[in-house]
Amino acid sequence: MAQFNLPANSVVKPGKTYPAAAGSGRVKKVVVYRYDPDSPENPRTDTYEIDLDTCGPMVLDALIKIKNEIDSTLTFRRSCREGICGSCSMNINGSNTLACIKAIEEIPGDIKVYPLPHMPVIKDLVVDLSRFYEQYASVKPWIKTQGPPPSGRERLQSKDDRERLEGLEECILCACCSTSCPSYWWNSDRYLGPAVLLQAYRWIADSRDEATVERLEELKDAFKLYRCHTIMNCTNTCPKGLNPAKTIAEIKKLTAATGS
Amino acid sequence: MALRTWLSVLPGVGREAVVHWWMQRLTAAVLVPLVVWLAFSLAMLGNASYEAVVSWLKTPAVTGFLVIFIAVTFYHTKLGVQVIIEDYVGGWLKKASLVLLSVACIVCAVAGIVALLKITL
Repeated sequence: MAQFNLPANSVVKPGKTYPAAAGSGRVKKVVVYRYDPDSPENPRTDTYEIDLDTCGPMVLDALIKIKNEIDSTLTFRRSCREGICGSCSMNINGSNTLACIKAIEEIPGDIKVYPLPHMPVIKDLVVDLSRFYEQYASVKPWIKTQGPPPSGRERLQSKDDRERLEGLEECILCACCSTSCPSYWWNSDRYLGPAVLLQAYRWIADSRDEATVERLEELKDAFKLYRCHTIMNCTNTCPKGLNPAKTIAEIKKLTAATGS
Repeated sequence: MALRTWLSVLPGVGREAVVHWWMQRLTAAVLVPLVVWLAFSLAMLGNASYEAVVSWLKTPAVTGFLVIFIAVTFYHTKLGVQVIIEDYVGGWLKKASLVLLSVACIVCAVAGIVALLKITL
């Protein structure tokens, strides 16, 4: 159910400011959401002033610099630093994206960094994605076939069939799209969300998969699929430039076409 | 694990969901020409007398289109508002709101059609 106000213990308050070291060149303010589960205090936003002359080009570089040089308690996920692992997904200046491929230069004024919206926060910028992964598992994201592979070889695909997976298999499950979707905010206990539906369609569209009807039957639900109202936040925010809204529309067309 | 188990045993509400999606689009498509026709017709009747409007309503095609318009409008309203309620309301309030919505739409549609037929028949 929709919840429009934050509970009193979730209201974010201003926190500490860490001024730039004397003699810094180009100074940029990075405002970061902080929450410590071991402290009874409310979440806060700490402000770090960093010297861009000694910092890498991306927002993730700024966060790593803060953690290394200013405040080692700052907690965030990161791994590949090249937009392929999906670990450093967070909300930067109002948009969900990957910190490792978001250039500091693109951001006018202060950099505001928050965790992915409407997710339970574990600490600072780390959110609990357990439900998201459970939903992913629920669409059975693996190939399902009836018989053995033809004459002991791998299952082949034509170039055209492989082409249909373009724009689907690039999804890295960073959850930027799902957590930008109001329907997912209000009903994430039942609505699968854009990322998981895109993954579901990735297998529906795969010519080698033989469980299309079963997969579509699973999705014919007022909440799992039809909570998508096509507001396109998912497509706008996807850091990989994919179009989850279009894949959801494709699933709706297929469920309608396969009869009620 | 609890959610996964739950997701896999959801009751067979699927058919209803597909029908809802289809009917919302179908009623929208039907309403497009009807709304244009009605708006155009009402504009033409701008300065008409009471008798002229009644005689317009009594035209069999007009009566028929208006009956369809009233029925489809309230069905479309019911489908649309139902989605908003399901999105934002939970618990007993959701069930109560959905029942109230259905009753209100049926009452309004029936009242509209009965009023129209009382004038025209």
